[in-house]
Amino acid sequence: MSFLLAQIELRDRTGGTDSCVLENGFCPTWIRENLSEYVEPTQRHLELVVSSVALGFAIAFLLALLAHRRRFLVGPITGATGVLYTIPSLALFALLLPITGFGFLPALLALSGYNLLVIFRNVMAGLDNVPAEAKDAALGMGLTENQVLRRVELPLAIPEIVAGLRIATTTTVGLAALAFIAGAGGLGGQILTDPNFKSNIVVAGGLCVVMAILLDLLLVVAERVASPWKRATA
Amino acid sequence: MILGALDQFQDGLRFLFESRDSVAGGVQVGGSELLPLLGEHMKVTLYGTVLATLLAVPLAIFLAHTGRGAFAASSVANVGRAVPSIAVVLFFSAYLGFGVTNLVFGLTLLAIPPIFTNTFVGIRQVDTDVVDAARGQGLSGLQIVTKVELPLSLPLIFGGIRTSFVNVVATATLGPLVGVVTLGDPILSPGVYGAAGQLGTAILIAVIAVAGELVFAGIQRAATPKGIRRSDPGRARRLGRRAQLRASSV
Amino acid sequence: MDAATLELRNVSKQYPGAAAPAIADLSLEVEAGEICVLVGPSGCGKTTAMRLINRMIELTGGEILLDGTSVHSRKPSELRRDIGYAIQQIGLFPHQTIAQNIATVPKLLGWDKARCTNRVEELMELIGLPQEMAERFPAQLSGGQRQRVGVARALAADPPLMLMDEPFGAVDPINRERLQNEFLRLQAQVRKTIVFVTHDIDEAIKMGDRIAVLKEGGVLAQFATPAELLMAPADDFVEDFVGADRALKRLALERVRDIELWPARMVQVGDPNVKARELAAQSPTGHVLLVDEGSRPLAWLNERDLSFDKVGPHKGRVASVEVDDLLRDALSDLLQDQVLYGVAVDAEGRVAGILSVEIIAQFLGDQGPGHIEEAAAAADRIA
Repeated sequence: MSFLLAQIELRDRTGGTDSCVLENGFCPTWIRENLSEYVEPTQRHLELVVSSVALGFAIAFLLALLAHRRRFLVGPITGATGVLYTIPSLALFALLLPITGFGFLPALLALSGYNLLVIFRNVMAGLDNVPAEAKDAALGMGLTENQVLRRVELPLAIPEIVAGLRIATTTTVGLAALAFIAGAGGLGGQILTDPNFKSNIVVAGGLCVVMAILLDLLLVVAERVASPWKRATA
Repeated sequence: MILGALDQFQDGLRFLFESRDSVAGGVQVGGSELLPLLGEHMKVTLYGTVLATLLAVPLAIFLAHTGRGAFAASSVANVGRAVPSIAVVLFFSAYLGFGVTNLVFGLTLLAIPPIFTNTFVGIRQVDTDVVDAARGQGLSGLQIVTKVELPLSLPLIFGGIRTSFVNVVATATLGPLVGVVTLGDPILSPGVYGAAGQLGTAILIAVIAVAGELVFAGIQRAATPKGIRRSDPGRARRLGRRAQLRASSV
Repeated sequence: MDAATLELRNVSKQYPGAAAPAIADLSLEVEAGEICVLVGPSGCGKTTAMRLINRMIELTGGEILLDGTSVHSRKPSELRRDIGYAIQQIGLFPHQTIAQNIATVPKLLGWDKARCTNRVEELMELIGLPQEMAERFPAQLSGGQRQRVGVARALAADPPLMLMDEPFGAVDPINRERLQNEFLRLQAQVRKTIVFVTHDIDEAIKMGDRIAVLKEGGVLAQFATPAELLMAPADDFVEDFVGADRALKRLALERVRDIELWPARMVQVGDPNVKARELAAQSPTGHVLLVDEGSRPLAWLNERDLSFDKVGPHKGRVASVEVDDLLRDALSDLLQDQVLYGVAVDAEGRVAGILSVEIIAQFLGDQGPGHIEEAAAAADRIA
């Protein structure tokens, strides 16, 4: 089917004499020797994930701050981001093509779009879960609304916000594997260069999982650093 | 540019209603010719979702009721999100060959985690006092599950099925990669169906996903026992959201 | 900063769409350095009234003057930095250390780091918490400790006025009593003007210099000193609210030294019995009290004990109360000893007079309904 996907070049598999490789099996030797071929797609994949989570976070965070002050916006924003979240990624890439053309941009936009709902919902939940008495005390002591937001509400919402980022990040790692359809490359494209070869699928898929786990760990550590009070008990 | 895009969208919509020659010519595509693709798409979607439900719900109920496997459940859900759907679909086809069976196998695997975690969380979040009271009144373990835990966690279970359904609709578009001609074909093969075919089908798939989401949202609401539909809608929403957050973060 | 005077002038609060006002025409004057307690059943608007003062709720009528200046002449956030604020749920910031919590308002006011640190140390000392606790998080403290930190945080910038909404409401009765006593001791040092909200009449009587009793709709039922409130409830509502045991409650307001005791008729070993018998005849108890050289009571002597020439040594049991005891506690001691009178002694154990159940009954009777004006005048003098 690769002729249908003009941008994917079928790879000329090296090591063609190895029987394991010929049988499209799972071949540790081949993997060791060809790992370098996955460096560029992995970098590309990581770029996609980081930039779209960052963009999605920036937008969703601003939307959440807006909805926090103007509660009537919660419903419409949840609805709109919910629809974005529901549209299958492949379809969304295709829908963006007439507007953005081929490449990194449609992938970035679509993947950011998927993050909006989860991050928006978690930031809202984090802000809503701030103890009412802490807010009351803050206002009563003379903090302005903005000071309450910056010094009390946002720091206390960090655990929920990070939880949202974690879900968004792992999900995006998986979804970005389809970004090649929009012409953005990544590990998904690498899978399709040789779709019948188990070694290839396992390495490319495995790199996604490893990437997700590492990014997840990074976020967990960041959260622990940012909210030491969470671990404080009597 | 915007006008050009509008023209393209219009052409895409026309593709859905009128058949036309394929790009290379000789074959009719679009319009009623899409129906077999749609049928195939819905067939694998339903198979995947139903199979996943039949597997995940009983297992989750068992583990949640006995209190085992919380850690395993959360790990599977966490890592599961990151596994590319395309890798799963292709991997099993690489082992089992092309065809509907193997696609459905991959789809089922992808649909299990959301249903499993939602059911698990749904059962676990049932108030321990309520379960305790039920046990105190002499209900057996099975009766507690069917009379108390299951009704109270139905909304969350349907929430999980809803998520999985949407995921499966999305992943079924990859069918053509493993030899099952679903609605993904026009998207993956603009060389045959043309840009209008790619765009039109994308619109159709988006509509199906959103419609499915709405239908399941309705079912979810109808499945919520009257007693726990709060008179205060804000509170109900908050509670629901919190439960959902828990479900998505375990 | 010195304490401020506070005046509420015909203050009202009407919520849009509500049939009745939450606060109706409330006027109060609070002297500088005084604790004014707002008390009443739930729904009476006492918390609303308090929150009008720092503009957490905006009034819809009348005005509120802090040291003669309307609170509406200032931006709410700036006004609030000058008013201490402590609430029942405390509202400590869970993500900040105790020191950071206490330094909240000083930081808002732009104090430098050294000054903040000094102030935190000072306040930790004042509320009796060890300094090393300053670096802990609220979750690592007990309920009572958190409550103290809440008060310290409210005091941090030395505000001339403090608002306290059931600040001890969330702790158990034993700890509450201790916190109340601590707080009264603290107030004796800092002398703030305090508006204190509670639903507990006993707490109001204990803490208040003046008590404003509110009823449904924020209507002021009575504004008086605790004694006045107990002696002369303005209406059935107040009488009901202070409770059927208000006579006993009044005994908790006075100490033994505050009332007129019977003079003690005392003799020492070696005194002539003639004189002792004379004294016994004058005594309302019919007895004389044998004391040692230090005027400490030894025994009650009756006619038969005084039959020789001179008073001889005797040993007996003498029920005694201290002049610093609350009348309520003293009465309880007498009843427990199953006697009708006892010797009141000072801190050194010297006899100060005789306290009897009769005197207490008379004290309550004297200041009963027939003596309202006199009592009110006396209460005014105290205030």
